[in-house]
Amino acid sequence: MSDAARDPAVRDVVVVGASAGGLATAEGLRRGGFTGRITLVGAEPHLPYDRPPLSKQVLAGEWEPDRLPLRPDADIEALNLDLRLGVTATGVDPRARTVALDTGEEVGYDALVAATGVSPRRLPGGGGHVLRDLEDALALRDRLRPGRRLAVVGAGFLGAEAAAVARGLGCEVTVVEPAPVPLAHAVGAQVGQVLTQAHRERGVDLRTGVGVTQVYDGGLELADGTTVEADDVLVAVGSVPNTGWLELGGLPVADGLVCDEYCAAAPGVYGVGDVARWDNPLFGTSMRIEHRTHAGEQGLAVARNLLNPDEPRPFAPVPYFWSDQYDMKIQAYGYLRGHDEVRIVEGDPAERRFLAAYRTGDRLVGVLAIGLPPRALRPWRRHIAAGATWYDAVGDPPAGETTEPREVVSDVAPA
Amino acid sequence: MSDETVTGTHRIELDEPKCVAAGQCVMVAPEVFDQRDEDGVAVVLDETPAAELLDDVREAVAVCPAAALRLVAL
Ligand SMILES: Cc1cc2nc3c(=O)[nH]c(=O)nc-3n(C[C@H](O)[C@H](O)[C@H](O)COP(=O)(O)OP(=O)(O)OC[C@H]3O[C@@H](n4cnc5c(N)ncnc54)[C@H](O)[C@@H]3O)c2cc1C
Ligand code: SF4
Repeated sequence: MSDAARDPAVRDVVVVGASAGGLATAEGLRRGGFTGRITLVGAEPHLPYDRPPLSKQVLAGEWEPDRLPLRPDADIEALNLDLRLGVTATGVDPRARTVALDTGEEVGYDALVAATGVSPRRLPGGGGHVLRDLEDALALRDRLRPGRRLAVVGAGFLGAEAAAVARGLGCEVTVVEPAPVPLAHAVGAQVGQVLTQAHRERGVDLRTGVGVTQVYDGGLELADGTTVEADDVLVAVGSVPNTGWLELGGLPVADGLVCDEYCAAAPGVYGVGDVARWDNPLFGTSMRIEHRTHAGEQGLAVARNLLNPDEPRPFAPVPYFWSDQYDMKIQAYGYLRGHDEVRIVEGDPAERRFLAAYRTGDRLVGVLAIGLPPRALRPWRRHIAAGATWYDAVGDPPAGETTEPREVVSDVAPA
Repeated sequence: MSDETVTGTHRIELDEPKCVAAGQCVMVAPEVFDQRDEDGVAVVLDETPAAELLDDVREAVAVCPAAALRLVAL
C-alpha cells in the first residue's frame, strides 16, 4: 500500500467531473489501496458514459443509450463513492480546501481532482445544435432523416464524423470550414486533402475558405454573402475548457487548468483529461489533449501521484486518438500540432492506405495512419515514446526540401 | 485456454462491437491481448490469465477507451 493510502493526511478526495477522467481517477485510487472517502461530483444526471460513440453509433441510430455506460452499475457500486450526480461545482477555496456546490454545500478535501472537461464553443448569437453530451446526440439524431438538410459548421474531427453519419442516413450535408483545407493545422494539408476528398466523394457539399457570419432559423449566412439553407445546423467549432469554477478560486488557468509535469496545479489540486493543461516532458512542451484514451491514462497517473506524494512520477504519455469516418479508421500517435514536416512513409494516400510521419525540429513527434493494420503503427509508437530523432526513425530529409511548409498553428482544438 | 483454468481465478470478457481497436490493452498486457490484422479489433489470447498477469489486465481494463473489457471473478 502506498504512503497516502496509509497516511491519514489524505482521507478525503473530491473529484469534480464524472466522466472518463473522473472515473479513471476514482478507480485508480481504489486500485492503489485508498480507503478514504471519494466524493465524485458530476453536473450531468448520468453515471459516467462514453462520448466517442455519440458522433458515431448513437447519431447513426445503431446504439441506444444503454450501450454507453463506462461501467456496469455493480462496478460503480464497488468503488464505494460518495456520488453527487446532477450537481455542479461552482467554486473552490484552495486555502481552506473546500469546494462549493450548487446545492449550497461546501465539501472539504485533502486532495481535489478537476476533471470537468470542455464545453462546445458557440458562434456569436448562439443557435444550432452542438454535440457534446448524450442529450445533444439524441436531439440531433432525432432530426436526421433521409432528405433532410444538415449544415455543419467546422470540418474538424467532430464535424466530419457527424457529416459522415448524416450522409449515411441519407441527409443532404453541407460542411462549411473557414480554413482552406480542413484539419490542416492539426494533421497537415496533405492528410487534410485525403479527408476532404473522401467527403466530396460521398456527396458532402464541402465549402472551404469561407467563414460563417450567422446561424439563423433555416440555415447559415456565410462571409461571402451566400447562404446555406438547412433544416438543422450543427456547430462544431472546437471547445472551451470548463475552468470557470477553478478560476474563481484563484487557481492558474490559461486555456485549461495549468498543471506541472506531475499534473498538479497547486498543493493538493490536480487536473485530469480535456480540462487539464500540463507539461509533457516527452515533448518538452505544455499541452492540453482532448482525446478519450488520454483522460483515462491521466486519471490513473493522477491517482498514483496523489497516493505517492513523495515519489511523484512525471506524466509523459504518447497521446493517441482515433476517428471513424465512412469506412476509414484514422489513428494517430503523438503530438502533431505545430509540426514542421509531414512525410508519407508507407502506402499511398490516394488509396487511403498510408502512414504519415510528423517532424518537429529534429524529432519524430507523431504518426497518423489510415487503413493500416495495428502492427504497422506499433513500432512508430515505440519510436515516439523513446524520443527518437527524425533521422533515426525516418532518415534525413533531403537538404532544403520539406514536403510542406510550416503551418500556422491555431489554438483551436480540432474538436 | 482451457489449460489456463488451473491457475485462472478471473475471466476476461471482451465486448467486441464496442472495441475501437485502440490497442491500449496490447500495450499494457501483450501476453494476454492481441489485435486482428484486418480491423484491429482486440483478441483475448488468454481468457483466464494467471495471477501474476492480473494487475496488467486490470490496467488494460482501466485504460481501454471503449470500456470494452471486463475482468470477472470466477
Ligand atoms: C461526440 C464526441 C466524439 C468524440 N470522439 C472521440 C474519438 O473518436 N476519439 C477520441 O480520442 N476522442 C473522442 N472524443 C473526446 C473524448 O470523448 C474526450 O476526450 C473525453 O470524454 C474526455 O473526458 P473528460 O473526463 O476529461 O471530460 P468530459 O468527458 O468532458 O467530462 C467532464 C464532465 O464534467 C462535468 N462538469 C463540467 N463542469 C462541471 C462542474 N463545474 N461541476 C461538476 N461537473 C462538471 C461535465 O458535465 C462532464 O460530465 C469525442 C468527444 C465527443 C463529445
Ligand atoms: S484497449 Fe479496448 S478498444 Fe482498444 S483494442 Fe483493447 S479492447 Fe479494443
